[in-house]
Amino acid sequence: MAKQNNALQISALDDVAARLGLDVGVPLANARAICPDIEVFDADEPADARTLNDIADWCDRFTPLVALDPPHGLFLDISGCAHLFGGEAVMLKTICDALIRQGFIVNAAIAGTPVCARTLTRYRSGCIVRDGEEAAAVQALPVFTLGADDAITRGLRRAGLKTIGDVASRERHEITARFGASFTALLEQALGQGDAPISPRKPLPDYMVEKRFPEPVATDGVIAAALSGLAQTLIAVMERHGKGARLLDASFFRTDGAVRTIAVETGQPVTRVEVIERLFRERLDALADPLDPGFGFDLIRLSASRTDGVVEMQRDLDATIHDNDELSALIDRIAARIGGRRVVVHLPQETHIPERAMLAVSAQHHLASAALAAWPARVEAEPPLRPLRLFERPEPIEVLADFPHGPPAGFRWRRMFHRIALVEGPERIAMEWWNRPVPQQALEWDDDFARVHPPQGEIAVETIDERKLTRDYFRAEDNEGARYWLYREGIHRREVRTFRWFLHGLFA
Amino acid sequence: MTGARMSTLARLRRDIGHIEGDAGEALPRAPLGHAEADATLQGGLAKGAVHEVFAEGRQSAAATGFIAGLAQRVIARRPLLWVRQDFSERENGALSMSGWRELGLDPRLLVTVRAPDVETALQVTADALACDALGGVVMEIWGETRQFDLVASRKLTLAARGSGVTGLLLRVAAAPSPSTAETRWIVRAARSPPAAPWQAWGAPVLDAHLVRNRHGQTGRWIMEWNCDECLFRDVPFHGAEAHPQPVAAAPADRSHQAPVVMPNITPWRRTG
Repeated sequence: MAKQNNALQISALDDVAARLGLDVGVPLANARAICPDIEVFDADEPADARTLNDIADWCDRFTPLVALDPPHGLFLDISGCAHLFGGEAVMLKTICDALIRQGFIVNAAIAGTPVCARTLTRYRSGCIVRDGEEAAAVQALPVFTLGADDAITRGLRRAGLKTIGDVASRERHEITARFGASFTALLEQALGQGDAPISPRKPLPDYMVEKRFPEPVATDGVIAAALSGLAQTLIAVMERHGKGARLLDASFFRTDGAVRTIAVETGQPVTRVEVIERLFRERLDALADPLDPGFGFDLIRLSASRTDGVVEMQRDLDATIHDNDELSALIDRIAARIGGRRVVVHLPQETHIPERAMLAVSAQHHLASAALAAWPARVEAEPPLRPLRLFERPEPIEVLADFPHGPPAGFRWRRMFHRIALVEGPERIAMEWWNRPVPQQALEWDDDFARVHPPQGEIAVETIDERKLTRDYFRAEDNEGARYWLYREGIHRREVRTFRWFLHGLFA
Repeated sequence: MTGARMSTLARLRRDIGHIEGDAGEALPRAPLGHAEADATLQGGLAKGAVHEVFAEGRQSAAATGFIAGLAQRVIARRPLLWVRQDFSERENGALSMSGWRELGLDPRLLVTVRAPDVETALQVTADALACDALGGVVMEIWGETRQFDLVASRKLTLAARGSGVTGLLLRVAAAPSPSTAETRWIVRAARSPPAAPWQAWGAPVLDAHLVRNRHGQTGRWIMEWNCDECLFRDVPFHGAEAHPQPVAAAPADRSHQAPVVMPNITPWRRTG
């Protein structure tokens, strides 16, 4: 039951209710009048969608190309798969039986085009149509089976076109003129005269190997052995094509239909079985919710979703930085355990703003470029002018100065007062005006007026954004020898009225 | 103590050493550059071992600088893995590569692991210490932890010994607890030596207290990290009047020599 057009209507019903004369779309009030003691539940569309998705997951075991056809349909592209399951008829029966066992009501059909198959499921479930016989198969079916809009179906009925055969017998241009081109396309697909590809839920992996178990497996040892066997097969196939895996997915199909997929990404293409084994072991160990075999897995699949060509490269002479096979293997293992974004290398950025001077990027992808990055050289014989530890968000401090706008004499940070013994500054770091968004007022600036009356003295600069204020940095050492990097925000009377002070970093 | 008892003691020590597979004496060493400290450490910081650096919460940057210096001395142009706990970054700030560069260190050799908690940090560190492609592994954790006990510490030591990778543990806001570390340091910042107003100040000057040394004596030194030569140095002009803060008494077994440094001509500091 769901609310439609401001009235509660039946949106789905079971066979018993259907025999009572109820139907989808009947208002709830009418239904209660027909049969006062019907049981009514609210429709839960998200749950329906989830269930459909779960069924699609389960169907992945038959073909990697599964597409959703909401609200309650699935397309399976079984081209080239049927023989693995004993032919089309046997496969159809296997799928239907398994789903019925799980408590679903299934209508299924096999045909040359997805639309034709869908049309058949609505009236002649279990039907298998050979290539070229689509038109004959759907000829006698009523028009609602096409699955077009209600308005179109009603329109066809009113025109006296009761079956698909009737509609097909009319000229196409008449149909198009009356019901639109999309309906004509639908009709042609149902008749097997045109084809529309399905859009599978997942991209097809480059390589895929799987192992079926007549007896479900549940123990870790067997699962690990199965994975290692699959990895061997996968590596052997990829090796023939000179490929290595960058992204590996292991799918575990449970007997009760649940499917769990675990992905492992690597920085370098993997070509060794031990590496795959180890990565998955790390990943499985570190899972927040461990792999739950339930009553066991009856199918384990390993697929290489992304692969790269493997080139046997000559080692660089500067081997300490560039040759890092072992390092990248270590990075892959850590990334498999705690996530790729948590292992980072740093790249320099062309900016004066201290907190943006470096960029942390994934080590898996940028190890090589980080090893070649050009960092600005330091000035000889100078003490460090930039702090070793930098706060991502500068921390506000209270500052005591000997005279206004002078260098700080002491400051309070985290409730501790530090008396400054040595101070050097200011070093002015202006924000990058060329990156500044153009303020609204600048657009309304009267250029002619400015030319005739050039501004005297200082130009009033709008404070656009707190972060865009000029900063005056001071290096300071307190009585105990701890060294800090402080800054005063803004230029007095030009950008701000009163200063705010921040502690931005700590020197070693 | 009689000679017989002494020899029994020595034999027992040797036996225990054998049981533990102790190769402390034979480990390769990386000199720090500070003459006295190197003498106490018998040639420098042992590679393929685990060293701990403790610091108060407020002294985190000094300890970071010290450990960065130690790492620079041991890694010998090989990659350095820096494993840090998320909380530590929030508390002490993130490592800044500009500052790293200014200390004379190479950001290209650094790979950072952002571990969400201590347990993960320990696992990653143990795994990394077993990987001999690395020059060193730094583990930075904040505060007292239950997870880092003797077993965990021993695991790290064994991994380091097996691969020859040096492990450096940065423990901020934690009190030293029993561990299998080769050396243990407590580090605080020391004041910059007095200098003429136009001269540069602010190079990392550290008060490094070696509180535990499995194969030698302990000591306490004020040392400076020389950013150009990338080594620790004795602080020039360092004397009692310049450093009124407490400095440990000189070792009793040898006379403490205050370094006599001629105030040679210091190059004028560049401007701009």
